[in-house]
This record gives sequence, C-alpha cells and structure tokens, in this order.
Amino acid sequence: MNKLVFKNSLKMLTVGAFVSLSALASPPLAADSFKVAVVSFLTGPAAGPFGVPGRNGAELVIDAINAGSMPAPYESAGFGGLQLEAIFADESGGNAKQVAEYRNLVEKQEVDAVLGYISSGSCMSVAPVAEELQTLTIMSVCGTPRLFEDSDWNYTFRTQAHAVGDSVAAALYIRDQLDDVKKYNGINQNYAWGQDSWKFFDIAMQQLIPETQAADNPQFPKLFSGQYGTEISTILLDDSDLVHSSFWDGDIEALVLQASVRGFFDKKKFISVAGASAVDNLGKRFPAGTVIGTRGEFGILVREQEGELNEWFINAYRERYGVYPLESSYQYAQSVLALKASMDKSVADNGTTPEKDQIISAMTGLNFTSLAGDVSFALGEGHQAVHPVGYGITAWNDEKDEPTVVDVKVYPAHCILPPPGQLSEDWLAAGMPGSDC
Amino acid sequence: MQTAITVFLDGMTYASYLFIVSVGLTIVFGVMKILNVAHGGFYAWGAYSAAYAIGLAAELGFPDWFAFILIGLSSMFVGIVLGVLVERLILRKLYEHEEVIVILATFGLFLVLEDFILLVFGVNPYFAYQPMVFLGSVEMGGIFRDVYSLTLLGLAAFVAFACWYVLNCTKWGKILSTVIYDREISLAIGIDVKAVFVWTFVVGTMLGALGGAYIAPTISVAPGIGIDIIVLSFAVVVIGGMGSIPGALIGALMVGNLRAIAVHKFPEFELFVIFAVMAAVLMVRPEGLFAPAKIRRI
Amino acid sequence: MMRSILLDNTVRCVIVAFMALACIGLVLPNWILNNTMFGLARGLAVLGLLLLWRTGLISLGHSLYFGLGAYAVALLEKHTGSTDIILRLVIALTVAGVIGFFLGFVLRHYRGIFFAMLSLAFSMVLYGVLVKTEALGSTDGFSVSQTTFLGWQPASKYPLFLSIIAICIVAIIGVQFYLRSAIGYLTTSVRDNEIRVEYLGYSVARAVHIKYIISAALAGVSGALIAMSLGQVDPDSMVNWTVSGELVFITIMSGPGSVVAPFIGSITFEFLRTFAFEWAPHAWQLIVGGTLLGIIFALPEGLWSLIQRLWTKKGKVL
Repeated sequence: MNKLVFKNSLKMLTVGAFVSLSALASPPLAADSFKVAVVSFLTGPAAGPFGVPGRNGAELVIDAINAGSMPAPYESAGFGGLQLEAIFADESGGNAKQVAEYRNLVEKQEVDAVLGYISSGSCMSVAPVAEELQTLTIMSVCGTPRLFEDSDWNYTFRTQAHAVGDSVAAALYIRDQLDDVKKYNGINQNYAWGQDSWKFFDIAMQQLIPETQAADNPQFPKLFSGQYGTEISTILLDDSDLVHSSFWDGDIEALVLQASVRGFFDKKKFISVAGASAVDNLGKRFPAGTVIGTRGEFGILVREQEGELNEWFINAYRERYGVYPLESSYQYAQSVLALKASMDKSVADNGTTPEKDQIISAMTGLNFTSLAGDVSFALGEGHQAVHPVGYGITAWNDEKDEPTVVDVKVYPAHCILPPPGQLSEDWLAAGMPGSDC
Repeated sequence: MQTAITVFLDGMTYASYLFIVSVGLTIVFGVMKILNVAHGGFYAWGAYSAAYAIGLAAELGFPDWFAFILIGLSSMFVGIVLGVLVERLILRKLYEHEEVIVILATFGLFLVLEDFILLVFGVNPYFAYQPMVFLGSVEMGGIFRDVYSLTLLGLAAFVAFACWYVLNCTKWGKILSTVIYDREISLAIGIDVKAVFVWTFVVGTMLGALGGAYIAPTISVAPGIGIDIIVLSFAVVVIGGMGSIPGALIGALMVGNLRAIAVHKFPEFELFVIFAVMAAVLMVRPEGLFAPAKIRRI
Repeated sequence: MMRSILLDNTVRCVIVAFMALACIGLVLPNWILNNTMFGLARGLAVLGLLLLWRTGLISLGHSLYFGLGAYAVALLEKHTGSTDIILRLVIALTVAGVIGFFLGFVLRHYRGIFFAMLSLAFSMVLYGVLVKTEALGSTDGFSVSQTTFLGWQPASKYPLFLSIIAICIVAIIGVQFYLRSAIGYLTTSVRDNEIRVEYLGYSVARAVHIKYIISAALAGVSGALIAMSLGQVDPDSMVNWTVSGELVFITIMSGPGSVVAPFIGSITFEFLRTFAFEWAPHAWQLIVGGTLLGIIFALPEGLWSLIQRLWTKKGKVL
C-alpha cells in the first residue's frame, strides 16, 4: 500500500478551481483501492435468472479490469489507476430493507460507491438516500422512467435506458414485423416497472399503429406470485391477438410454463420485454415465435454479434461460470464499464487519483463503449443513459442444439426515447418528434 | 356463460390446491392444538424435493409418468423426516407452553427451514414441468386448460375422502377423535397420546409437502414460495373452523372461488376479499363456519 | 402519584440511561446511531405488545398499526407536502389510535388464538389494499423525506435521535404509570383468572380495550418513527404478516419482566440482524429463527431475565 502522494491540500486547491464547495468537504479516498458494493438479488425468485448472472457479470469485468486483461478500449489495468474491491450484497427483502442495507453499506462498510439494483422499487427508494449520504450510486437494471423524470439526482446514475425505450421499441417492432394485430392485452407486475411498461406500451401502440385497440382488462398480478392460472384464463377468454408482458425473474418462467401447456402461445402472439433469461433457462420449453427483448444490446440478442469486447465477454463468462452471460450480466458489466470510463477520464482531466466529485463530473453526460454497443448519459441532466434497444423472435438452433433469436431489429436511442429536457409522456403525446424509424 | 365456466374452474382448481395444503394444518391444530407456521416451510420443502427428484429422473431418462410417483415419494419423505425431527426435537418440549408461544416457535422454525432450503438447493430456480407437459391440455368452456391442474380436483377429492374414511371408519379414527375430544381422558384409558401426536404431525407435514410437491411442476420453484401460502391457508382454516376437516374444505372452496371472481372481475380486490372474509367470519362466528362442537369443561 | 412515579427505581434508571445514550449519540458512528434509532423506535411497538402480553394476549397483527403509522407519514407528505415532526407524529398517533379504538370493540371479546388470528386478518386486509392500489404505492410504497423541526431541516440525524429518545422516555413513564394504577394491576390479574376479576366488579372487556388502544397508538408512533429514520415505507417490510411475527419475536426475546426490556431486546435484534445479514447474506433468516428458538427454550423469560440475574449477582435489586 503506497501512500497517495497527490493527496495534499495544495493540490486540492488547484483542482478546487472548478470543483464545488461540497467537493472540498468530501473526505479523500483512504487507500489506493476503491471499494464498491455490488447489489443484486442473491436470494428469492429473482436470484437465478437475474441476480446471480448480474453479480457474475460485474465480478468478471471487475476482475479483468483490475488485472488489465480486458480488450480495448479498457485494456489499462485498474479504475483510474485504483484497484476495485467489490463486496456483494443481497437485494431481496423489500424496499425498506434495501434502504436500511444501503445505509449499512455506506456507513458501516464504508464503500466508496454502490452499483447495481434490479428492481425499480429498490432504485426509487435508494436514490433519495444516496443523495442524503452523498454516495455515488450507479443503477444497473431497473427501468422505471420516474427515477429521473420525477426528480434530479446528483449522486445517482443509471446505465440502463428506461422503460419508455423498451415499450416504444416493442411497438415499433410490432409495427415492422408482425401483421394482423388488432387488439392487444397485457400481463404485468403490479409495481412501478410493470405499470410503467404497460402504460407506455399502450401509448406507443396508439401513436404508431392507431388502428389497434387495447383490451379493457390488462392483468396486474403481484410481483413474485408464481401462479397465474386465473390470469391466463382471463386473457384467453378475450379476443386480443397480442399479449404484452414485462415479467422478468422467476415469474416469466412460471407464466410461460403455465401458459404454454394451455395453448396460449398458439392463440396469442406474445411480446416479452425482459424475459430473455427464460429463453435460456427453459430451453425447448420456451415457445418459438415469441417476440423477445433484452432491453438493449444484451444477452441472447447479441450472442452471435461480432466485436472484440463482446466475444471476449461471452467466452470469458462461459469459461468461468459454464453458461452463457444473460441480459443482466451485460447490464451489470455495463455499469462497471461506465465506472471504469469515468474514473479513467477523471484521471485524464485532473491528473490526480479520482475522487468522488471528479468521478461524478466525469460521468455526467459521458459517452462510453459498452460490450456490444455505445452508451451515452444523455437524459436526466447527464445521469440517465440512453442506448439502442433490440427485439427478435425466438427460434431453436438445431445445429448447436440451443435457443437463438432471429429477425433481430435494433432501434437507435433517438427513435425510442425522448430528447433531453422533455418528459416521456409529453414526448409521446406530441407524436414522438425526432423519432424517424 | 363461458366466463362463468372459466371462473368456476379457476376457482375450483385454486380451491383444491388450497385444500390440500390447509388440511394438514387443520389436522395438526385439531389434534395437537398447534397452529403451525412452519407448515409453509414444509410446503416449500415438498416443492423443492419433488422438483429436484423430477428433474433428476428426467435427466436419467425415466418416463414422464414416473414423476407422479416421485411427487408421492418426496412428500412422504419430507413428511417423515421433517415431521419426526420437528416433533421430537422441538414441539414435544413445547406442549406445556402457551399456544401463542408455540406459534412463535413454529415461526422461528419457518425461518430456519426457509434458509436451509437455500443451503441445500442453492438459489437457482428448479423446473419440473414434465408431468404437466405429459398430461397436455383439454378444451373446456371455450379455452384450453391444462389437464394437470384439473387433476388437482381429483387429488383434493381423494384426500378429503381418505380423511373422512380414516376418521369415521377405522380404529385409528376413533382413537384420534378421543384425543381431540379430551387429551387427559385418552391418557387415562390407555391411549398412547405421544404416538398419536407423532403420527398426526407426520401426516400433517406430509400433506403440506404434498401440496408443494404437486404444485411444483406448474411453477418456478424458487426461494420464498412458502411465505404467501401460509397466510392463505390460515385464512382457509379459520374460515372453516380451526381443526375441522369439512371446515377446511368449505374454507378452501370459498377462498378459491372468491379469488377467481375477484381476479376476473375486480382484480384490485384479489387479496382484500380473502382477508376481509376471514375477519368477517371471525367476528360473526369465531369458531369458524364448521367448528367441531366445543366441549364445555367445568 | 406522579411524584411516586418519578421516584420509581425503573423510571430513574431509564432517565439516566437514556440521557447517557443521548450524550453517546453525539460521538457514535452513523451506522450504530441508525441501528439504535431503529431499535428504539421499534421498541415502542414492542412495548405495546408487552402490555397486551401481560394480559395474556398476543397480537399477530400489530403490523396493522405499525403500517398505518408509517403510511400516515408518507401520505401526509404526498398530499400536503408537510414533513414536520409534530404533524407526522400526531397524525400517526391519531390514525392508529382511532382505528385501534374501533377495532378494539370487536377484539376485546377475543382471547388466545382467536385474538391472534383476528388481528392477523385485520392487518392482512390493510396489506391486501396497499399491495393492489396504485394510488397507495402498491408494492413499491413511498419514499419519505427527511424530517423537519418547525421548519428547520437539520443536516444530521441527531435531532431525530434525540426526539426518539424523548418519546421513548415519555412512553416508558406513561406505561409504568399505567401499570401501577388500579386498572393496570387489574389487567395482569385478567391473565390469571378472568372470571374472578369480573366478580370483583370490574369490566374485563373495558380494561382490555384500553390496553389495546394504548398498544395500537404505540405501534403507530413506532411505525412513523421508523418511516422517518429509514426514509421509506412499503407493504412488505411494514405491513405483511412477517412484520407482526418479527414484533412478537422481539417481545418474546425481550421478556415480560420490565418496561425497559422491549428497548433492550429491540436494539439487540437490530444489531443481530445487521450482522447476520452482513456475515451470512444467504442464511441470515436461519440465524434469526435459530435465535428465536434458542430463546424460547433457554430463556423463556427473555433477555431481561438475563440482565436481572446479572444485577442480583452484584447484590442490587432493580
């Protein structure tokens, strides 16, 4: 452990020329390692399909960057010269418990930054506390647009584009690839993510395919309820020909199993916004011909995509964990890369070991390269990332004897997300100006 | 009409499921006067061991119908192992305690059982869809229903009949009734009450595990599945009358059908309606709709 | 009467101990301060349960009042924007107290398992409503902004900590006062022989009713304080049946011996959970559940009996 030579007050003052007063008040980072808590579901129904693959994605990329074994542009070792020390924490137990745990992570375990969070509920409840405790927090997976549209945060970032992008891209894909959709219904979880996904999907459908009609009984079962027999009956009884679902975690798997036996997928077209984990977990039991998204250029959608970073990630992940990286592995890795890019940029800008406020100003509005595409912090005053979102149709690859996705279409960010300064709802109501796809 | 049939069938399937889980709870309460929160843990253990066994059998190339045997075997296994262990090591020492303290002890046990699942089975979900796929689907009321869920009705009817038969037509049933009626008198006339308790608890555990094991093929078996079912079965048991088997049947039918109607017509009342009925029954007839006659001791 | 209360040994010890805690609070690291705050706040609900337990009643549905208090704080802020501590506490206390008053008319006739089950049913009704209603935040709940004190927003948590301590002192004195009163002594005898108490000419139902309202109000304040110190309310951590189970768990763990026991038990529980969660993220429930079983078997009179034993060894009588 060598002492940080740059960390003296004189240097602080020269840097302080453009750093705010609060920067002076913030304590300098103690050692030459940077401690980050990675939070994801380690228990509960979301652990297998989302939490653990996400945790593994973060771990893999963190270890590779610490060792300097990533391909370009992340070939330099360390995060702005610092080694990143990760501790892994569990996201289950409800929002209030997450807030309590967040406080413990910051105040007891004294982490420098917190990274992760899958559920929109966790993100919404943690962001105000991050502000209160002035701790850099990078959200990885959660999707509700309310996070940055209802408030501005100084310490919170999100590397995942929000649910409006997923919903608009879904509607665009339906317009471009599916014929004969007259009426659509939905089954979504009864919390921020499910409610927002359905709401924006509905608005986008009305804008893009005005001749379609929404069913009057969209279903909102409780998150993690596991049995959907009655909901499936309700949807089977109506005359909708397309069903939208933003189910994720174990719920999508349960829904698909229960629905496929009942011929649901023969009667209805199905669009799953975030269910790609089930495609891998259920294998042949997952119905072919389902429209599937991964909320970006992630997971199964980019499994065949060329590119040094992407191929390195897939191979290294398979070698270490024995399975393909899933959507959440990419999402968590993307958050780690955002941290790496901003800490490196902070060193380039300031010439010193990065400090919290320098990292934050470096990250604000940053453009960086992710595993399979580019990402930029364009919304939410430079804190909310935007990136393209793709959809495809599930199929079975007999040659490799594994699931695959065909007819992939990727929609660029400006087609599916509002421009800076405009609220999603206003943008959608105005007919999505600027979206030219 | 289509809707009516569908609501009815949805309600009946859910009711059958609730009945199978709750009947074990009510038997244990009737005989031992223990309201067992750990029943939710037994349910989860049943689901996990069945899902694990079915997955393993599928990998080893056993035919799909074999899964039904495995469901039976794994619930028996869980019932005997966990039932005997829990009764011997924990409950036996608590019979002299207040009944609410015993509830708390079973709550502690429930937490322990939940996490033991994580230690034994890990965090990844298990899928055991083979039996459900094997039975396929059938068209009823204009939509397809999976046959597997419909077999729940048969299983529930079988369990109900078996309980009725054992209680009313066998020597065992007479012994049980005596113990339920008065524990001290039973001791006095030479009934081995301890043995009756062990057997009752094993059967109760087995039925809880059977509920989990039988539902396992239709769900993603993941940690935490026991939490919601335990309050639901409390509601069932309380509505029908704690300790009464026909009560559990009526309670399950009411809760299952009310829930089905709510989901179809008033989704936002799904949970509210169940517990509102539970509270209403407790207020009007605290002993439940089908309580066994209460003995008056002087 | 009031003077004799102030001369009461327990009360004097409590005041001294809490004053000391208030001073230590100035130098405690934030995470310890937080956990102590949660512990003290939750202790209020446990104190309410202890009151009921002295009558032989255990409620498996006190999360109803706990949740009402917490949601009162969140909804007050959502609809009026007010974050003032006095308004928050008053509304939480009122909502919980009034609902407790009305439900008390029903519950006062129930004993044992029926009391437990009916309380459970009432709390699950609230849970069912919250989870399914988008306007009430459904499963997400709401964030709660930091508390203001007559318009002043402090930079640290310490003023809130002091307020919690003050409320705890008031609650302890109040409950001790109540237990020493005739009606307080009475309810303990209800546990032993209800019929005999009736023969003495007292209304058992009324005595139970009063206790129930007090415990409901305490749980409401407790929920409000937790919401304020945590900054978040949601149905699964505030209203679900597991929360009631946890509260009863702390009650049993603390033991019925003293009005101070709930606070000691509750703070212990808070730290137990924090460490269990840190050391064994996959098995923290196992540690918590195991502790519960251990206490029921090894320390049926709770942690308080342990403390008592230590004190008497030193030759002091508390």
